[in-house]
Amino acid sequence: MKIAIPVDENKPSTGVCVSFGRAPYFMIFDTVSGENVFMDNSAAASQGGAGIKAAQFIVDAGAEVLLTPRCGENAAQVLSAAGVRMYKTTAGSASDNVAAFRAGNLQPLLETHPGFHGHGR
Amino acid sequence: MAGNRKIAVLSGKGGTGKTLISVNLAAVAGKSRYIDCDVEEPNGHLFLKPFPLSEETVAVRIPVLEEARCVGCRKCADFCRFNALAFLKGKPVLFEEVCHSCGGCVLLCPAKAFSERGKEIGRIQRGPSGSVSVTTGILNPGEASGVPIIRKLLEDAAGEESLPVFIDCPPGSACTVMESIKDADYCILVAEPSVFGAHNLAMVHRLVKLFHKPYGVVLNKCMPGENPSAAYCLENEIPVLGTIPYDKELGLLNSEGSIASRENSRYESLFSDLLRTVYLEVSNEAASDS
Repeated sequence: MKIAIPVDENKPSTGVCVSFGRAPYFMIFDTVSGENVFMDNSAAASQGGAGIKAAQFIVDAGAEVLLTPRCGENAAQVLSAAGVRMYKTTAGSASDNVAAFRAGNLQPLLETHPGFHGHGR
Repeated sequence: MAGNRKIAVLSGKGGTGKTLISVNLAAVAGKSRYIDCDVEEPNGHLFLKPFPLSEETVAVRIPVLEEARCVGCRKCADFCRFNALAFLKGKPVLFEEVCHSCGGCVLLCPAKAFSERGKEIGRIQRGPSGSVSVTTGILNPGEASGVPIIRKLLEDAAGEESLPVFIDCPPGSACTVMESIKDADYCILVAEPSVFGAHNLAMVHRLVKLFHKPYGVVLNKCMPGENPSAAYCLENEIPVLGTIPYDKELGLLNSEGSIASRENSRYESLFSDLLRTVYLEVSNEAASDS
């Protein structure tokens, strides 16, 4: 199973990025190989619809689980339609959160926020 | 004087006096046109009170997928630069509010699986107020972009070069403002006498320079003491077209929804002087261009 997390830096000690759609990188942890892969988030620089594009990226990468502090409603719609499960990250590094998820200690992400649509509101 | 008098009134923030200045300029201009492009919160009509009103709706084109025809090639979703199409379980999924109605997916689809439908995003109201023809754009709440309405509003002013046109712009310097000033012959930047006001003036100043528009500043709410916006104009050699005092009576008339220049001869002459200065600047610009 692949677990995706929006992150600030492309190294395992990285923190979780506060934004999903505009995170600079995604860390994808493969539970089979036990390895982390870091991928550039091409949606980060989008003028609009970044959440949709980032969610598409997660779906295309074959992740089944997304660990994120928050998620916009459009992205959530894409992810849930594709069957990607979402969990809310807690304090700690991206790797800490992967461990917490595998130990069953993360809660499902139930709340999504309306899009910012370039207005930053 | 000759045509080319499409005058846009803009400012880097709300509440500086764009509407005060545009409705009063229109009111003292005689036969003229006032266009409210602040489609998220149009308020010029509260002062001008146009009557009777006619109304038309504004719609944009939204793609509609006929699933049976879709071959799942993903070309549409990959093409959409606005990311309005996701591709899930072999089919595109549209996010309407992100769609910019470019029609690209419809053109590109090799299976001709898309058609288009109209989606209403707002309205335009038209009516007279004395000698002023008033046009107001109203964006429906929740819609992402007022640009299609502004584009339609400004069609009213196209080709009618004999009438002076006053374009009341949305606040700020984003897409809707760019659309509003695109065809303007002259831009009036309205600024408040504060550090924040000067900062916002600098934003719209950069915008009008980017668009190569001739421009001048009206300093509003002027009080004794320092005025950072005036200092900014001096530093950047921006013509100051006029100053409007921070004046209780003017504020009162405005708060009652009155047009000050129609109520009081002092304000009638203030705005007539301002209009003369603006016309002079416009004709100087026209002369220096030719």
